[in-house]
Amino acid sequence: MSVLVNKDSKIIVQGFTGSEGTFHATQMIEYGTNVVGGVTPGKGGQKHLDRPVFNTVAEAVEKAKADTSIIFVPPAFAADAIMEAAEAGIKVIICITEGIPVADMVKVKSYISDRDCRLIGPNCPGVITPGEAKVGIMPGFVFKKGKVGIISKSGTLTYEAADQVVKQGLGITTAIGIGGDPIIGTTTKEAVELLMNDDETECIVMIGEIGGQLEADAARWIKADGNRKPVVGFIAGQTAPKGRTMGHAGAIVGGSDDTAQAKMKILAENGIHVVDSPAEIGLKVAEVLGK
Amino acid sequence: MYVFIVNLQFFIKVKFIPKWFVIFVVLIYKLHKMNLHEYQGKEILNSFGVRIQRGIVAHNHKEAVDVAKQLATETGTGWWVIKAQIHAGGRGKGGGVKLAKSLAEVESISQDIIGMMLKTPQTPAEGKKVNQVLIAEDVYYPGDSEPEEYYMSVLLNRESGRNMIMYSTEGGMDIETVAEETPHLIFTEEIDPAVGLLPFQARKIAFNLGLSGAALKEMVKFVSSLYTAYVKSDSSLFEINPVLKTSDDKILAVDAKVSLDDNALYRHKDYAEMRDLREENAIEVEARAAGLNYVDLDGNVGCMVNGAGLAMGTMDLIKQAGGEPANFLDVGGTADAKRVETAFRIILKDPNVKAILVNIFGGIVRCDRVAQGVVDAYTNMGDAINVPIIVRLQGTNAKEAKELIDNSGMEIISATEFKEAADKVQEVLAK
Repeated sequence: MSVLVNKDSKIIVQGFTGSEGTFHATQMIEYGTNVVGGVTPGKGGQKHLDRPVFNTVAEAVEKAKADTSIIFVPPAFAADAIMEAAEAGIKVIICITEGIPVADMVKVKSYISDRDCRLIGPNCPGVITPGEAKVGIMPGFVFKKGKVGIISKSGTLTYEAADQVVKQGLGITTAIGIGGDPIIGTTTKEAVELLMNDDETECIVMIGEIGGQLEADAARWIKADGNRKPVVGFIAGQTAPKGRTMGHAGAIVGGSDDTAQAKMKILAENGIHVVDSPAEIGLKVAEVLGK
Repeated sequence: MYVFIVNLQFFIKVKFIPKWFVIFVVLIYKLHKMNLHEYQGKEILNSFGVRIQRGIVAHNHKEAVDVAKQLATETGTGWWVIKAQIHAGGRGKGGGVKLAKSLAEVESISQDIIGMMLKTPQTPAEGKKVNQVLIAEDVYYPGDSEPEEYYMSVLLNRESGRNMIMYSTEGGMDIETVAEETPHLIFTEEIDPAVGLLPFQARKIAFNLGLSGAALKEMVKFVSSLYTAYVKSDSSLFEINPVLKTSDDKILAVDAKVSLDDNALYRHKDYAEMRDLREENAIEVEARAAGLNYVDLDGNVGCMVNGAGLAMGTMDLIKQAGGEPANFLDVGGTADAKRVETAFRIILKDPNVKAILVNIFGGIVRCDRVAQGVVDAYTNMGDAINVPIIVRLQGTNAKEAKELIDNSGMEIISATEFKEAADKVQEVLAK
């Protein structure tokens, strides 16, 4: 099964002909991802990486039957790109762009709320279903096919977790990078729900950070849902001091509720297998799967 | 890229206020923001028609007297309030806000405040140096009614993805105390981004604050222009404490804490120039100029990592290995020799650093390139590197990278697994 993206996804790249778009689209195509074209306003009709370029997302949906989009558009234009994709009927919108003004995302959140689409990110590494589709900027070779789902706010920590899981002789169904911004399209809880309902996924790795309530909300949902599958959790930032943002705009301890320690406690209380060390994610997954 | 003071973090300590309130406030400060001085914040408010307590900035006591005279002419004020301009709240408690009843007092008080190390609950223990004061008009003059103080802030509710106005009848005091003792006196009003703040919402706020007549109309105007200012300036926080109803029923902002969204500064070049680097950590400013995301911390093990999440994970690992992280440093996606060298130089400016852990997960970036970067930086810097360096490279070409480092003949300790790196840190610290 897998979630969000698979070998049948018809993917377009927004910001296709730019340097970021070109580089990562090339990598995605080499991985075997079904990239059906791209959008760069004003360059419609051209070919790029052997695929058609469209002026608008609507045209890409009409002519290439696109249903998934990955966005590499610069921050000043990214919100518009997301809304264009939503309006054109794209079902899964994955926004990689970092540094979108918060006011723009307030508009996006409101705009897409009554449209039939799912936004992943922004400021995220994307989504990968190993062996089928890499719709993101992650190194594909780290992810081997298997039965463990991964959800994370962080890029490199996702790669780290996947690498550890693979070294235990296991693999990944789908890895979802939800992003580290204050306003994101898909929450930890929503991503967990997708993997919980995926038949192939037998175990979920949930990697969080200090700040916010996303992991706590997800943990409470997991318990209310009956702890159907084992979840391994790690919260980065146990040593982060109060009041300082750690790289991700969202990673800051505001009060006693969103420290790493408080979150780990909530996770454990809701039946999640919490690891203290980021070096032990793979081991814990192998343990809960009885391997 | 990141800015510091968490002005409202005290809210969250409060356990027994309603859960919705905790959720609102817990999520407020998670933004990339640039803090402004009071006088800069007031300038922005004023430019959108928000009535403010007027004032003029002075950089020394002579200038203070000049601007005090000018302010008296312009506003008719007979007394002046001297307010230290630093990026921290609680200035009054630390002796940074004083009333002057004569020009002689303006001079002596300004002389005392400018140059002082002002200590407040929000500054570092040694305080913050005051470089300038705001000479402001006296707005608590007697009149037909008693002056009243309120609290008002505008911010993002991260949970709903919408802006909201938070306000209280209990202004002028620590909002922390209000939240603890009388949480029912704190109200919130959420704004639908599709239509903006509606007139009935502004009226509701004025009614909840107990206003009527001319003051009510003034408050409606104040709230509407305040929200317009928030949206148009791309701010991530307005905190006005107190909002004052004067004895003649005017509504105005006596103080203003304004934080701007860093990511939106490209649309506000004039605001970008308001950044006061003297208020920020010098090493962090230098790192930012070099495109590195660095946060100075108190520990003894420096770290250089690609990616914010992995960087935090690495800090945690250092702690578990018996060390304390000396910094957070995300080198980003292109960890080439130049960047690595700059990062080393920045980390080594901290005299407490006893070891450095480099942790790179090479995805698109090849590990052997990073390893070459480390070796080159080490060669270029020579004796400048005087602490042990542990390098853990994982991902693309990790094996070649380890060989490159092991064969370099340099005193770099290499590792490939995360756990192994932690053990090496522990060994080094034990020596």
